[in-house]
Amino acid sequence: MAQPRHILVWRLLVFVAALVPLSWWMFHVAIGAAGPEPGRYLLLNLGQGALFLLLCTLSLTPLMRLTRWKGFSAIRRQLGLWTFSYALLHMLSYLLFILGLNWTALGEDLQKRPYVIVGALALVILLALAVTSNRYAMRRLGKRWKPLHKWIYAALGLVLLHFLWVVRADLAEWSTYAAVALGLMLLRLPGIAQRLPRLGERLKRARV
Amino acid sequence: MLIRSRNRHSIGENDVTPESVYLSRRTFLGGVAGIGLAASLPRAALAGPDYDDVTKAKGPEWFEAHLSDTRWNAVTAEEKITPFDDATHYNNFYEFGSNKSDPARYAGQLNTVPWSVTIDGEVGKPGQYALENLITPSRFEERIYRLRCVEAWSMVIPWLGIPLADVIKRAEPTGKAKYVRFETLEHPKQMPGQASRFGLIEWPYREGLRMDEAMHPLAFLAVGMYGRVLPNQNGAPLRLVVPWKYGFKSIKSIVRISLVESQPETSWHMLAPDEYGFYANVNPDVDHPRWSQATERRLPNSLFNPNVIDTQPFNGYAEDVAGLYQGMDLRKFY
Repeated sequence: MAQPRHILVWRLLVFVAALVPLSWWMFHVAIGAAGPEPGRYLLLNLGQGALFLLLCTLSLTPLMRLTRWKGFSAIRRQLGLWTFSYALLHMLSYLLFILGLNWTALGEDLQKRPYVIVGALALVILLALAVTSNRYAMRRLGKRWKPLHKWIYAALGLVLLHFLWVVRADLAEWSTYAAVALGLMLLRLPGIAQRLPRLGERLKRARV
Repeated sequence: MLIRSRNRHSIGENDVTPESVYLSRRTFLGGVAGIGLAASLPRAALAGPDYDDVTKAKGPEWFEAHLSDTRWNAVTAEEKITPFDDATHYNNFYEFGSNKSDPARYAGQLNTVPWSVTIDGEVGKPGQYALENLITPSRFEERIYRLRCVEAWSMVIPWLGIPLADVIKRAEPTGKAKYVRFETLEHPKQMPGQASRFGLIEWPYREGLRMDEAMHPLAFLAVGMYGRVLPNQNGAPLRLVVPWKYGFKSIKSIVRISLVESQPETSWHMLAPDEYGFYANVNPDVDHPRWSQATERRLPNSLFNPNVIDTQPFNGYAEDVAGLYQGMDLRKFY
């Protein structure tokens, strides 16, 4: 399936944009500007980055309904894979930089610490979605592909719970993410989702 | 008592003090006093240790004047001292925000001069004391303590201040005084974290100690660190330092010290009683429900050397303080 050139450029732009935060954090670590605990700096940024990308991914469908621009669906798989990549790096940072590759400690955490368990479950879901995101898997799974990928909503819930359980004293940041997540879920309610295209057209006309 | 604990925590050579200075100070503390001795002391001993890369700051006049008569290295640790920049830019001080960098960013707004502390409750001499009047009757001491955060990271910090016991004794506690309650300033205009609508801590921040803990020679009131006045983000102008307990016990920017009859409510305990106890003694055998306390990351660390070390019971001060808790089930009184 040939893609129009502007879609290819758009995909490339998204690719570069998704690399920017990661490079920025690594640059900070490299020049020693990430504070006395660079591993934790990467860990927290990657975790929040993964959640941010997950919310971006989930905003594509409502945006497409609103604007009917195909560009949004053209980057959905890519953003989903970026979400998984950031989440995977987040987990690896925990294992490498916080636990110092102490597998026993990881095993204990996976049995005892609810926030670790919940985070690990979310990562397993993201992994399953990532490996079934290619065309071959789509063909093999057929009708089962779509229900499988609805698990993204479960992952979102688990990630928010994971985040909530590490908050110590201030819920401001968490509440912002949770509010956006809630908004994106509401936009999927049939009553609202159906109205999005009409709303989009009205907005377009108003602008003209 | 103090001299005893000094001997136990110090070694001949450490990262702060050249041996010659250290030894001459020993002689000094050993009881020889007078003008003749002062002349024989190396200059460094009088000026205090020279820490690398410390941002110089001038404290209030009384502080700078009092500094010249400091007992440097009164208590030392065997470990390397945390760089000043890390100790001042990686802080938990929720009054200024919940990120580690927030205190350094926002604490400049805090006005610490003049500062007064209310002493009340079960004392013979209640009142509102100017900070200098509270501190200057005692000689400054420098104490290098390990600081173990409940979040499983740790640092080593040279504090400047006086024993907490001195202040309590001067207030003349009555027989009914069983606990000491501390309170931080509440001032949302100067402390933006207190204005957050999503904050979970009930202000003002409160902490407490049992009377015998407060009177222990290791319990310390700091007004400075790294040979200078306390930076605002580290709890200026007056903070508690209780080295055998998790960092959150060491309350910052204190405006009130009350001697009370019953165990006071403390902030983190109020917020999550199953996670933070009143005692909060450093204990590798009792995990925080959300993470292990068996080890800690000594900061600064680097990506591939997280510097994970074993956490010591009572943060390595067991010999001095374990006796305070004899017969207590430390799993129950965590």
